[in-house]
Amino acid sequence: MNDNAVTEGTTLKGIAVSPGIIIGRARVVDRSQQKIIYQYLINDEEVGREVERFKEALQLTKNQIMDLKNRMSDQIKEHSFILDAHSMIVDDTMVSDTTINTILEEKINAEWALKKSLQKIKQLFKEIDYEYIRGRINDVENVTERILRNLTGKGYESLSKIKEKVIIVAHDLSPADTSELNTSMVMGFITDMGGKTSHTAIIAQGLKIPAVVGLESATNYVQDGTLLIVDGYKGEVIVDPDDDIIIAYQERKLYYDKYISSALRLSYLPAETPDGYRISIKANIEFLEEASAAKDYGAEGIGLYRTEYLYLMSKAVPGEEELFQDYKQVAEIISPDQVTIRTLDLGGDKFLSYHGFGDEVNPALGLRAIRFCLKEPSIFKSQLRAILRASAYGKIRIMFPMVSGLEELLEVKKVLHEVMKELEKEGVKYDHSIKVGAMIEIPSAVMVADSLAAHLDFFSIGTNDLIQYALAIDRVNEHVAYMYDPYHPAVIRMIMQTVKAAKDNGIEVALCGEMAGDPLCTALLLGTGIDELSMNTGAIPLLKKLIRSLSYEEAVENLNEILKLTTSKEVREFIAKKTETLLPEIGVEGLSLNMATSNS
Amino acid sequence: MEHTKRLKINNDLGLHGRAAAKIVELTKKYKSKLYFKKDGHQEVDGASILSILTLACPRGTEIEVRAVGKDSKELLNEVDLLFKNRFGEKR
Repeated sequence: MNDNAVTEGTTLKGIAVSPGIIIGRARVVDRSQQKIIYQYLINDEEVGREVERFKEALQLTKNQIMDLKNRMSDQIKEHSFILDAHSMIVDDTMVSDTTINTILEEKINAEWALKKSLQKIKQLFKEIDYEYIRGRINDVENVTERILRNLTGKGYESLSKIKEKVIIVAHDLSPADTSELNTSMVMGFITDMGGKTSHTAIIAQGLKIPAVVGLESATNYVQDGTLLIVDGYKGEVIVDPDDDIIIAYQERKLYYDKYISSALRLSYLPAETPDGYRISIKANIEFLEEASAAKDYGAEGIGLYRTEYLYLMSKAVPGEEELFQDYKQVAEIISPDQVTIRTLDLGGDKFLSYHGFGDEVNPALGLRAIRFCLKEPSIFKSQLRAILRASAYGKIRIMFPMVSGLEELLEVKKVLHEVMKELEKEGVKYDHSIKVGAMIEIPSAVMVADSLAAHLDFFSIGTNDLIQYALAIDRVNEHVAYMYDPYHPAVIRMIMQTVKAAKDNGIEVALCGEMAGDPLCTALLLGTGIDELSMNTGAIPLLKKLIRSLSYEEAVENLNEILKLTTSKEVREFIAKKTETLLPEIGVEGLSLNMATSNS
Repeated sequence: MEHTKRLKINNDLGLHGRAAAKIVELTKKYKSKLYFKKDGHQEVDGASILSILTLACPRGTEIEVRAVGKDSKELLNEVDLLFKNRFGEKR
């Protein structure tokens, strides 16, 4: 395939992760490769200057790495070795001396010479038999990329500087990238990487702008300024469309916008089926700023407040007071409704990409969430203190992510009780009857849900991770992301088992994964008897409207049928058939088309 | 002055990133040069993290370590200790 080949009207297919249609100009955020030109140097003077320029770039790179290291907070300093290693790579003879020799001997520019050094190193690494050593080539690439950027004087492109309304086109976006975005200027996102639950998806849904991910090679087709149509329902991107297509899409866009606004007008109504079954619909949010929008969209509380943002934004671990203020404000905005605050779910992809660590071979199975918190009790306790203190100002529930079994849960609860005692001693106010729950997102937690339930006030089924772990699908790996499948009979059985454990023990059960906001899944989930669905704000009006048109009794009957089915294809077709007439065109079209492409 | 010693890698992960980084860090404290040689391979520079990594040494590998220079004896002793301590790793 030709790099940068822009073919008129090319349609790229990806995964729809945030609905909406937009027509706009591309802004390519190049985080991967720099384009390198070859330059022959004519005389020794030029060669000498080139060597100096390269040495300066090395020094600058080292300074930047040291600066990064110095900005790390004490609690995570133990991971700083990776930055030391990066600094050593800058100094390594294979990088520095080899490149300088190439400049001198071949009389070529530093960029090209560095590229040659990298190729040599890559060749050496390729021959290594051990994956965990071979994988370190990523660090070498990361470092050479940094040197290259310093050579070309481009530095790291900051997303905060975007000044016009654009569609962000990227290979992949990290939480750190998106956290510095000037979101008012972004119309939508398209990325090569990612799946339904990738960070880009979550951010786009939070901002209520369209996004298509997993396009594999969008960055090859699109340049700055290319006209794009992004269809966040179908998961399609049309590159450089002609006038007819633009007009057709304008019409589609108007139709959908109108439909959405009609759903929005009625979204204050409760999600109650015509036969009188009521389910609570709440919002998943990531930032304080989303809280009031959630209310406007008809959320009956916050079912999942992700608390990582403040940690990712600050250069050091945020203090208790800062966290307290944030939680207190959310509780006050949402009051009299409830806010479920999930304790820190750092580690895994988020922690790593922000700090640039590639340390863990398998971060999804690594030191994250409560495992990380139990290892770093000072970070954990300060967050728990902040949550408890905020509970005096509104209705707050605490939820622990990634609980894998009873011992772990008891250990976490022990820390919570210690913190409560501390506050009592200090005479600080908090809600003494605060409800405590756990995310059920690891298959082992499903299997022992009955024993966990005895120690908790509620469960919240985190289907994103549960599906990932149950089906062994890395949700950000574009090659397998399509296999991520909420209709898998195993997933449905796991949900059922969790709900049963909750009901048997008389505790509440919620579901807060992407599944909650998926119109096709609604019909399925309604029949399970789940008490609460928590979803991205944008999905609430449609979901509420849908539930108001479904029959609970039928949903229960349907579920009994579904539980007899043995493949996800049968499950999907069964639900689609049952809800055909009810599901508005908008939901069915977008989703069924996605399913069709992921099946092929 | 030159000293050599044959050392065995005893940690689970072998000469991986962190271990290699520790060796490079050590060489910086000494004036002497350090070299590693795995049987059947070329000798590599012990101050180069990439060279050490590309030696590709899993647990159990024995390598020939050579220190050259005024303080080569002290350097070699420290390297020996580092290997014996499994680069500070538990396993």
